[in-house]
Amino acid sequence: MTAVLVLLLLCLVCGALLGYAAVRFRVEGNPIAEQINARLPQTQCGQCGYPGCRPYAEAIAAGDKINKCPPGGAATIQALAELLDLEPEPLDAAEGEKPPMVARIREAECIGCTKCLQACPVDAIVGAAKQMHTVIAAECTGCDLCVEPCPVDCIDMIPLAGSLQHWKWDLPLPPGRLIASDRERAA
Amino acid sequence: MSDVKLWDFHGGIHPPEHKALSNRTPIQPAPLPARLILPLGQHIGAPAQPIVAVGERVLKGQTIAAASGRVSVPLHAPTSGTVSFIGPQPYPHVSGMLAPAIVIDSDGLDAWAPLAPCADYRGLAPEVLLEKIRQAGISGLGGAGFPTAVKLAARPQGKIHTLIINGAECEPYITADDRLMRERAAELVAGIEILAWLIQPEQVLIGIEDNKPEAIAALQAALGERPFGLRVLPTKYPSGGEKQLVELLTGQQVPSGGLPTDVGMLCQNVGTCVAIHDAVLQGRPLVSRIVTLTGEALARPMNVEALLGTPIGELLAFAGLDEARMDRLIMGGPMMGFTLPSLEAPLIKTGNCLLAPTRSELPPPPPPLPCIRCGACADACPASLLPQQLHFFALGQEHEQLRAHNLFDCIECGACAYVCPSSLPLVQYYRAAKAEIRELEQKQHKAEHSRRRFELRQERLRKAEEQKEAERQARAEQAARAKALQTESAALPDRTAPLAAQPSLAAGLLEQQKKLRIEASMAQIALKKAEKQLAAHATPELEAQVAELRAAVEAAKKALEAVTAAAPPAVPASNDAALKKAKIELAIKRTELKKAEKAGADDAELTCLREALASAERALHAAEEASDKPAPQLIRTDKRPVDEKLRTLKTELAFARADLRKLERDEAADPPALESARTRLAEAERKLAEHQSE
Amino acid sequence: MALPRITSPHATGSTRTRQVMQLVLVATLPGLLALTWLYGFGTLLNLLWMSAAALGFEAAVLQLRQRPVGFFLGDGSALVTAVLLALALPPYAPWWLTLTACGFAILFGKHVYGGLGQNPFNPAMVGYVVVLISFPLEMTAWPAPHAVGLVEGLQQILGIAALPDGWSQATALDVRKANRSLTMDELWAQNPAFGYLGGRGSEWVNLAFLAGGLFMLRRRLFGWHAPAGMLGALFLMSLLFWNGSDSDSNGSPLFHLLSGATMLGAFFIVTDPVSGATSNQGRLIFGIGVGILVYVIRAWGGYPDAVAFAVLLMNLAAPTIDYFSRPRTYGHRKAERGFKVGD
Repeated sequence: MTAVLVLLLLCLVCGALLGYAAVRFRVEGNPIAEQINARLPQTQCGQCGYPGCRPYAEAIAAGDKINKCPPGGAATIQALAELLDLEPEPLDAAEGEKPPMVARIREAECIGCTKCLQACPVDAIVGAAKQMHTVIAAECTGCDLCVEPCPVDCIDMIPLAGSLQHWKWDLPLPPGRLIASDRERAA
Repeated sequence: MSDVKLWDFHGGIHPPEHKALSNRTPIQPAPLPARLILPLGQHIGAPAQPIVAVGERVLKGQTIAAASGRVSVPLHAPTSGTVSFIGPQPYPHVSGMLAPAIVIDSDGLDAWAPLAPCADYRGLAPEVLLEKIRQAGISGLGGAGFPTAVKLAARPQGKIHTLIINGAECEPYITADDRLMRERAAELVAGIEILAWLIQPEQVLIGIEDNKPEAIAALQAALGERPFGLRVLPTKYPSGGEKQLVELLTGQQVPSGGLPTDVGMLCQNVGTCVAIHDAVLQGRPLVSRIVTLTGEALARPMNVEALLGTPIGELLAFAGLDEARMDRLIMGGPMMGFTLPSLEAPLIKTGNCLLAPTRSELPPPPPPLPCIRCGACADACPASLLPQQLHFFALGQEHEQLRAHNLFDCIECGACAYVCPSSLPLVQYYRAAKAEIRELEQKQHKAEHSRRRFELRQERLRKAEEQKEAERQARAEQAARAKALQTESAALPDRTAPLAAQPSLAAGLLEQQKKLRIEASMAQIALKKAEKQLAAHATPELEAQVAELRAAVEAAKKALEAVTAAAPPAVPASNDAALKKAKIELAIKRTELKKAEKAGADDAELTCLREALASAERALHAAEEASDKPAPQLIRTDKRPVDEKLRTLKTELAFARADLRKLERDEAADPPALESARTRLAEAERKLAEHQSE
Repeated sequence: MALPRITSPHATGSTRTRQVMQLVLVATLPGLLALTWLYGFGTLLNLLWMSAAALGFEAAVLQLRQRPVGFFLGDGSALVTAVLLALALPPYAPWWLTLTACGFAILFGKHVYGGLGQNPFNPAMVGYVVVLISFPLEMTAWPAPHAVGLVEGLQQILGIAALPDGWSQATALDVRKANRSLTMDELWAQNPAFGYLGGRGSEWVNLAFLAGGLFMLRRRLFGWHAPAGMLGALFLMSLLFWNGSDSDSNGSPLFHLLSGATMLGAFFIVTDPVSGATSNQGRLIFGIGVGILVYVIRAWGGYPDAVAFAVLLMNLAAPTIDYFSRPRTYGHRKAERGFKVGD
């Protein structure tokens, strides 16, 4: 009986201590949001439902799910899961992970309305009213926010082409996972 | 050579050499190919920029592509002929991807462009000599292909005290440098002298493996009394690796991530030295190289001097390739070479060997067993890494650990995979992991960059908004002041009053119009919000609210129309403005329609919106007709002047097409809408065709 | 045409895991012959039975884990585990005991960790220790040399008929452990069967294993580091703590080197690459650790022999040894030791 009481008392004391600590040592600001933001791909595409990467980072810090970023894909989810010590979840998007894209304006069709300029979150489109616009491919994040506003529908999202410089070897399968041709040889 | 001291490097292996296959016959000239493919990027660095046009006749040795940037080299025509194509062509790469290249159809004359030989290079300034080497298009011929002039010019700290000439050629099968040293020892020594004169090192060391006694003898004879140190190295792979050779010859190690120049040393391959000799003393740019053709699938393995750009298939055919016996095609040696997917790729500056082995000669790797941590790889690793740990970390994609275990010090020599009893493709693990880490780094970098740009943009927008606000306030203050002034002056009888009344009436009307317009759009926004909510969860209250709002919008619109009608007619100069307005109107209508479609609005609403869209289109057409400016999108696609009718038709066609495309892309689009869009497009096309045929 | 895309290197050395395993099996032959010559066919029978059992367990687990059975059975690691166990267990141990040892070795020694190459402990020693702790009586029943025939042995193994009393005999290590009053010379004089050095029988078996080990060393199946470390440390320890032939003597260095499972451990167990340290320096440390522990347990612990415990304890320490014995990479001033975790 005494033991139970003692334990109970101990629990209460610890709880009170923790509660006090939570109030007393409250961290101002949200440094975790900064770290989360650093792991997001910064396309500012808004596909997560937030207007940009930083708001989504803040939402994650406040408890939102980590699997809402299609441009980041599995790699970002993994990085966030590691940072926040959560279980990685599959991506929550209908189209699945998106390959890196770049916007291209079919310049012959551009009417120079500047709508895409205003939509671009990273100022990657140059142009002026009634002048042809063009995308600076190196700056484009592939967010496709410029596609929607275009009144003549002259912006295409094209997947980034692979090049010799970016070609890479695949990581070999773990030993023991045999592919069909190996099976024949092993037999 | 009494004071010769050699060091050793950790690890290394002794694979069967197979050098006798190809080193018995002298270097032969390869036949002149009919067509040469010259990739613009045959070296490390920026690809060269073509300076010839298709159809242009070029002479052998003529520059056909100029260096672009500092780390780049120009490209020369290897023979005389005509440029027949500039664009993507096969490239010797493991992926089999195409790369930009210049194609030359040979005219069979092999006529040289005028050359500028220079017998006395000692009279030249070092910069001039370097420029000569750069202009000759020389990049390292050993395998990596780093631009030689850049390597010679880069001296970050202090002087280079040791020039190392790499004649080790440690990889099995390859004998190109061996034959070169035997047959062109004099040129080689002359080339080394040029380098020595350029760099003025304290000592010159030439490293050759002891499995090339003929080459050593030839070089010794050619060297004579020159103070160059010829060092005979014990045969051990990879003694020809730059870092390993530095350690073998000097006992020093190149710092991780650094270059030999960081410790005052410079390495050059023997082939590069001969190329420098040719470039300086004979004025000949780099247009050919010596390449070993070997492997048991060849009837006549040998070394040839082949023009750059010669298709590999032709070279191998010259050596008697039996394609049926060839198991794979390797560019480079059996330790570090890479497989080529086809015979179409050309020979480039870095291609020192073409290996066509039979299946029994280099059998395909057996399926790998799990690593048993036997440690044979760690014993063989010339960089003193722990290959088995790296492999485990690569499997688990633990990039932090890979870095901590110095993955990037791996030279991919393949010694670990060679000795691995479990036949693990270790090098592939490292290559994949390195590429993955580099890619992630780039992504991170790009994300950081985008974030900065995004934040800067936000900042800019905020500032613009603030400025606007400040201006608006200033205007309001001004207006208030003016009003106060007016009331003040109204108290006094003023002569100017009747004159000012007229514009102020107009201004008042405009003001009212503006106010009403704002009201109308506010009502519109409120209505839209309510509708959205209604779509999400319909309740009677909401419906009532929406109806109310609709009425309000109507009222606002009516009021606005009334005022607009009362307002003085639009100034004729606003033709352009009207056109713009119409376009914007149309765009707004289209977005509305699209949003409604996306939101899954009911048919009635959609039809309504569609009608609004159509009317907006009509309005745009009217405005276009009214404006005397040609439609901008047509003037770009069609430079000829077009008549009004044609333009209208084309505009209609363009809109119809855009509509259809949007619908097609939208998976949720309903079939009737699609159908109607298609009919519209067809109709527009038909009309245009009719008009054009008239 | 599309030629195959294969990563370099295209040439490969001749050593293969399967061949390594086969050579290990060959190297056990002298020891097996010595055991058979001294104690009859018990070890051989155990070996056959356990090989079959091990392969059966291995196949079943691979099937369960949905791995290619034929491919992995071919690597020979299960067979090596079974053979080493058979050489370590007493001949004429009952069939269920050997089966249990085998099962634990394959299932809990290896596959629960992910199979070949993943096990932190030496599987054979895991199986050995499990039965040593669970069935101490059976585990101490070593036969006297030349005491048991083939048929009786088989009957004993199968549990059909027990051998006549007195067939088993305490080993020299047991006797030394249990000894309280006699001096070493008296002890030896009392037990003429012990022979000269490590106990008659034991010394021959150990010499045979030494021969097998030297054969493997010559074929470069492993470096000299681990065995040398273990034997050297054991030798030094026994020399250091050898107080002549008193009654509380722990035995001479030669006695320790040539008795029990010393040589089997030094060349067949400590050299297991999977559960040992990875670098040569690490292996030397690993071997020294095993040698010291063997002596400590033999001299002052509760068990007469200690190779299995010593190896398992050092297996635990292997990651730490690796942690502190990373080589200096080319171009680096000093070795980076220890794992970087996070930032």
